[in-house]
Order: sequence, then structure tokens, then C-alpha cells
Amino acid sequence: MKPVLLVDFGSTNTKVTAVDVENCCILGTAAAYTTVETDINEGLHNALKILEKTTGRLEFEERYACSSAAGGLKMISIGLVPELTAQASREASLGAGAKVWKTYSFNLTKGDMKEIEAYHPDIILLTGGTDGGNAECILYNARMLSELSYDCPIVLAGNRCAADECAEILGDRSVFICENVMPRLGELNIEPTQKQIREIFLKRIVQGKGLSEASDLVSGIIMPTPSAMLTAMELLSDGWEDSQGIGELVGVDLGGATTDVYSIAEGNPANMATVMKGIQEPYAKRSVEGDIGMRYSVEGILEAAGDRKLAKLSGLNRQKIPELVQFLAEHTDYIPDCEEMEKLDFALACAAVETAVARHAGTLEQVYTPCGLTFLQSGKDLRRVKNVVVTGGALIHAKHTEEIAAHALFDESTPGSLRPENARILIDRKYILAAMGLLSQHYPQAALEIMKKEIAYYGHKE
Amino acid sequence: MDKKKLIIGVIGADVHAVGISILQHAFEDAGFDVTNLGVMVSQEEYISAAIETGADAILVSSLYGHGELDCRGLRDKCNEAGLKDILLYVGGNIVVGKQPFDEVERRFKAMGFNRVFGPGTAPETTIAALYEDFGIQAPEKE
Repeated sequence: MKPVLLVDFGSTNTKVTAVDVENCCILGTAAAYTTVETDINEGLHNALKILEKTTGRLEFEERYACSSAAGGLKMISIGLVPELTAQASREASLGAGAKVWKTYSFNLTKGDMKEIEAYHPDIILLTGGTDGGNAECILYNARMLSELSYDCPIVLAGNRCAADECAEILGDRSVFICENVMPRLGELNIEPTQKQIREIFLKRIVQGKGLSEASDLVSGIIMPTPSAMLTAMELLSDGWEDSQGIGELVGVDLGGATTDVYSIAEGNPANMATVMKGIQEPYAKRSVEGDIGMRYSVEGILEAAGDRKLAKLSGLNRQKIPELVQFLAEHTDYIPDCEEMEKLDFALACAAVETAVARHAGTLEQVYTPCGLTFLQSGKDLRRVKNVVVTGGALIHAKHTEEIAAHALFDESTPGSLRPENARILIDRKYILAAMGLLSQHYPQAALEIMKKEIAYYGHKE
Repeated sequence: MDKKKLIIGVIGADVHAVGISILQHAFEDAGFDVTNLGVMVSQEEYISAAIETGADAILVSSLYGHGELDCRGLRDKCNEAGLKDILLYVGGNIVVGKQPFDEVERRFKAMGFNRVFGPGTAPETTIAALYEDFGIQAPEKE
């Protein structure tokens, strides 16, 4: 037996997962409140105590951690045209596991600068212009950012012809020059930028947040939690060396404040009569719905879905819903204790999953042209994806997880929303995805085997 | 010298996909940096692409006869987006039926297009016009 400890410092809970990498199995999992205000080790110790009640004393040979505590990796993205480089910049940041507070387009204003100062991001991603394209905007924005009152790391990933001049303008600030996120129009190149963001996260951010005190217990926080999630899903989908993955998948992580959706899929058009619009999307894509969550952002679900839909899903009276939703928003640690609230939580979860996946997936529009019927596709066509993986406390502890998760699927009443048509639902029951993303950095084979055992084949015949 | 940058595409609900690829190759061979937006391109897409790439000209193709409706307001939107002096060309079967070309040309020039090309225009004609408008010489062939 070779036990390895994986820790996820979340904003609310510190989750620990103990695995045996030799036998590819989970030894145990536990969670305790995160204690970022005092000493982050306290929460970790508490979680470990709970863990060892079931597993007995364990001598860990290695320990790895990811973190979304203390606000996570706070970023802002800047680009030129909203649906082009600004979008590419946002995709790059999200895929690196960041919390993208805001995406700016065109020239930054003094008001924007005040907002940025007040938000105090950990990293700024500055892009704009294709290679050899527009340079004025990124140069202007570099001049604006040179006035920033603190040394925020700036990743420069815009028009390569303007990179040197931008770096000059930013002087002795921490500037990291990367390849352009959009070297040619519509073409996405976000991996170099994401690699850079992860490096900065490791070297600078972790220390800055008092999280490095955890280092006596943990070999080091190696990635932001969403990045660990994305890594795990890629591994589960693609496989490792001779071990097959499960193929293309969509992942949903329903939380209290946000809902993250992942897709590991090409999403190419289904036929020749379809014309693609908008920029190319990343193969491994992450989107975050900041207004969709079961507690802190519960009002966003009501706004997106409407009381009529929530009434239909829950069986409750429509007039009653706004009042109950408001109660949930005000009592963020509430756990349903009556049938009525259970029904409401069920309806909210269904609506949240549906809204978040619909926003993540591409759309198809029918256009009648003088040359006949044509289809316009924006985003990824996920209809042929065969797996939907669900995770997050609100989903895995719910009573009707499969029923809720089914709302991620294609719905005949909205045929323009390109969600998976015929997928099996896989549930991350032990909440191990982030931990497996961490483990995969050193033991990819073991991480894959464990995920297949615990998630893919749980309740399914091999 | 840096290559001049062109945005090309077929406007509106038009799906004629072959000619635009031929134009892309012809313009690239003639020494231009070409961004081809393909078919069913909206006015906004031309403009966004031109801003991001810092383009010197937008060349609009239309083959299905509805060009006059599709092209209306493009110059105004360019002005609005800060692309004040960008060169605008249009060409193809840009109107319905057989109309005298000089009248068609007048109407499209009034819409703000710098050059208007009728059906059957050879790429060389457009390329020569681009050289003239940019005040540049054809690059020497290797």
C-alpha cells in the first residue's frame, strides 16, 4: 500500500481524499470547515481527524493540494472586440481555473481602472489584436495599466507585434509575454497563456494568500480547484497511454454560489448544411455561471427560469416561489427540513443545471435562404456526446440526482440548444474529481483507474 | 513593407462557398494578407474582423441578388465603429435581374462603397484596383 493524501481547500469546506496508488482505490474521504481567517491547517487537521476515524492511522508518503479558498484565483481579462479577442481572453482565464470577475473590451477608461483597483485581481490578462493586426488598443490599455497602484502580474497575450512596446510601457512591473490568444482571426491559441497563468499561481499567488502555511502538511498547492476539475475530466475522457478513456463528456458542478460546466468535446457541426459562426471554442472548455447557484445565487435561477417553470418542476404554487427563494438567498447554510423546501430545491437544481448547460452548449439557428434551408451554428454541438458527469455537493447529496442531471440533456422543446441527446449520467458520488485531477499530475494511471471505478462504472455494467 | 490586410466574405444569407475561396487564393498570390470570413457573413462580423486585424479594406461578395439590401448601412456602421477611412469594395451578382451596370454602380457608391464590380469580374481587375487605391506596386514574382 502506498497512501497519498489529496486536499481541496474550498471556500467553505476543506475536503481530504486518501488514495492507495498501488491498488488504485480510495481509502477514505472527509471534510471540515475551511479556516482561512486563522490558520488553514486547523481545518485540514479537523478533516484528517474525521478521515482517520474510518481509515485508521495513515502514513502518507505524498500530499498534494488544490485551492479555491480566499476568493480563488481572481482574474480580469482584457481584449479588443467583445466576441473576438475579449472572448478568447476570457476562455483562456476560465480554462486555467480562474474566477474571471470581469472581461473588458476596447480601451480601458478611468472608471474601469478604479474598478480594477478596487477588485484587486491576482492576475490581469491583457490581449487585443490578431498578430500584425490592431496595436493601438493594447498599447493604450498597457499605458492605462502602467498606472496601477500595485504590482499585479500582467500576462501579455495579444498582437505579437505590439508585445515588446507593451512590455516597455509597463516598465519594471511583473510582465509575462505569451503567444497571442488569437493569432489569426477566429483561431484560438490559449494553452501557452494557461500554462503561464498556472506558473504564476504556483510561484506567487499561493504564498500571497497565506496558503503556503499549509506547506508543512502538503507538498504544495499545485493548482486552483477548477483547473484540477478540468484536468480530471480531460483524463477521464481521453484516457492515458494504453488505458481507454470514456470518450467525450460534459461535466456539471452545481454549487451554492456558481455553477461550472465543462465539456471535453470537439463540438463540430453535424452536417454539411451547417455554417459555423463566432470564434473556435476550446476542446476542453470551462464556463462559469456566476448568477446560477443553489444559495448565494439562488435568485439568479429564479430570474433565468421564471416562477412558472419552477412551479411546474416543484409542484408548488407559483405565487409562493419568490418568497421561498428569497428565504434561501438569506439563509445560505439552510438544508431542507420539510417536503415543500425539498421540492423547491429539486426544482431549483433542475433549472440551474438546464440553464448552465444551455449557456455552455452551442446553439443552432434555422435560416431560410434563397438557396434553401441552412443552419447557423455558434459554439459547440454537444448532441453526440455520450457522457454527462455531475458533481458538487448540491447534486451528489440530492435525492433525485439522476432526474436533476437529466436536465443537462437535449430537450425537444428547445431544439436549438445543442445539448447531449443520448448520454448516460455518471455521478461523482464520493466527490473525488478535483482530487483525481491533482493525483493525475503524478499518478495519471491510478487517477484514471479510480475515476473509472468510482464514477464511470458505479452502478453500470462494464 | 507590411502586407496590406483584406477582409473578405459573402454577405447576408448567401451560401456560395466556392468563389470566395478562389478569391482568397488570388488575393494572397497578389501579395495581400487575407482574412476569409466565409459565407453568410453579417455586417457586424466584417467590422469586428476589420477592427481586430487592423484591416485596410473590406471586400464584400454577394452572388444571390440580395446584395443591395444586405449592404445598406455598412459604411455608416464602419464609421460608427471607428473604421473611418477603410476601403470598401463590393462585387458579384449584387442586384436582382439585368439592370444597367452604371446605375447599379451609382447606387452602391452612394451607399459608401469605393469600388463596385459587376458579374463576371476577373480577380485580376480587383487586384489592379487594390494596387491603385493603396498606391502600391505588384510584388515581383519569384
